Amino acid sequence: MLSLKNISIIQGNFQLSNISLDIAKGEYTVLMGKTGCGKTTILESICGLRKINSGAIMLNDQDITSMKPAERCIGYVPQEGTLFSSMDVRGNLSFSLRIRKWDKERVASRVNELGELLGIGHLLDRNITGLSGGERQRIALGRGLAFYPEFLCMDEPLSALDEPTRDEMYSLLQSLKKELKITALHISHSMSDAEVLADKVLKMENNQIIE
Amino acid sequence: MGKNQLETKTSFKAKSDWPFLLIMGIIAATYVILIVAMMLADMTFTSTGHLIEALKSEEIQYSIKLSLISCTITMLLSLVVAIPMGYFMSRYEFHGKRLLDSILDIPIILPPLVIGLSLLILFQTAPGRFLESHVRITYTVYSVVIAQFMVACAFAVRTMNVTFSQIDSRQEDVALTLGCSKGQAFWMVLLPQAKKGILTAGSLAWARALGEFGPILIFSGATRMRTEVLSTTVFLELSVGNIEAAVAVSLIMILAGFGVLMIVRLFGGIGFFKSVD
Repeated sequence: MLSLKNISIIQGNFQLSNISLDIAKGEYTVLMGKTGCGKTTILESICGLRKINSGAIMLNDQDITSMKPAERCIGYVPQEGTLFSSMDVRGNLSFSLRIRKWDKERVASRVNELGELLGIGHLLDRNITGLSGGERQRIALGRGLAFYPEFLCMDEPLSALDEPTRDEMYSLLQSLKKELKITALHISHSMSDAEVLADKVLKMENNQIIE
Repeated sequence: MGKNQLETKTSFKAKSDWPFLLIMGIIAATYVILIVAMMLADMTFTSTGHLIEALKSEEIQYSIKLSLISCTITMLLSLVVAIPMGYFMSRYEFHGKRLLDSILDIPIILPPLVIGLSLLILFQTAPGRFLESHVRITYTVYSVVIAQFMVACAFAVRTMNVTFSQIDSRQEDVALTLGCSKGQAFWMVLLPQAKKGILTAGSLAWARALGEFGPILIFSGATRMRTEVLSTTVFLELSVGNIEAAVAVSLIMILAGFGVLMIVRLFGGIGFFKSVD
């Protein structure tokens, strides 16, 4: 499904080299590691937001190394949601569909579907300001899933949440796993994220990924 | 805890905050008082009669009209240039960026007179003369706009650079993964967030253009009913000793500038114009 083949990333004084990784279809992988170890860098290069210096990134046996982020069909849930502040919830959820020029009815029904799936149906016409951390994460998740991506990248999606909200998100992510059979890479520094959600746990130590 | 320790703790008194706040307050207030006093002095120096007389004068009517039109064109041109420039400066790292940054500051640090002189010389070079042989620029209204633009645009560029730099590029990154090209991410995600900054940049450029005098005097001359803007009027009226009219026109300029400032405050600007709340 997704594989990194000996990729190297050099960024100022920071360097990652010969990173390889394989994620099978339908597998929910949690990548663990300390802050600053380069987890986010790897995730960003998978999404196409960061150039890699060597190696290859394959998605479904297609080489996506030099593809634009827009063409990779990878859903991205950034740290703390990073919702579009100039749009309401509906605007955020429908963004990728409007870019793809879906017709209005199809967009509306997909947005409603996402609203129901993620338990945010009652928020659709709300502004972004004033939403809780959990609500923001759900919307960010919905926005990343809207266009039926092949693969989902989540960067510490739960780290900014309080304990009860995190538990709610656990059950949401578990049900999404079951219903949508999403293939995902979830970055985290929390052991419990891995224990509750992961089909496979990877660790980053000394600039290398180990299973 | 020993008895002595307890005593020192309870008997410790911090110095009073009053002398500090009082001195800081007096220093700060002096400046505000000076500004307000200046405005008040202008007002006592003129009367509604003088103002009406000034407004009735055909020359002054022309200069008000030219000022409003040229400032608005300058503002629009400045925004057209400042938005892409601010985007590149805030979103890309490239060789020579620091040099470019310094070049962009030249119009801000150069004396305005020198800008006027340099423009005049520029239009005396071969390409300048070629252009002039098709469209007359120097000493026409076009030159007024160019002279205003050269200075005003630098301020708009600064403001747009700060505006875009303050906006985290992460939202644009997300937009890219959702299917946007860089252009779409710019129009749909970055620009809507920069509304206030654009308003600030525009009004700053407008206000700068209104106050521009030196470059216009040299590059456009001070011909009545042709290249006379409000700042030129003040100068011309003063030079013939008509202080009342000069003050009346100054007041018109103050009101116009203040009006623009208020509009920006109303919509909430950034940077120079940021209001206290």
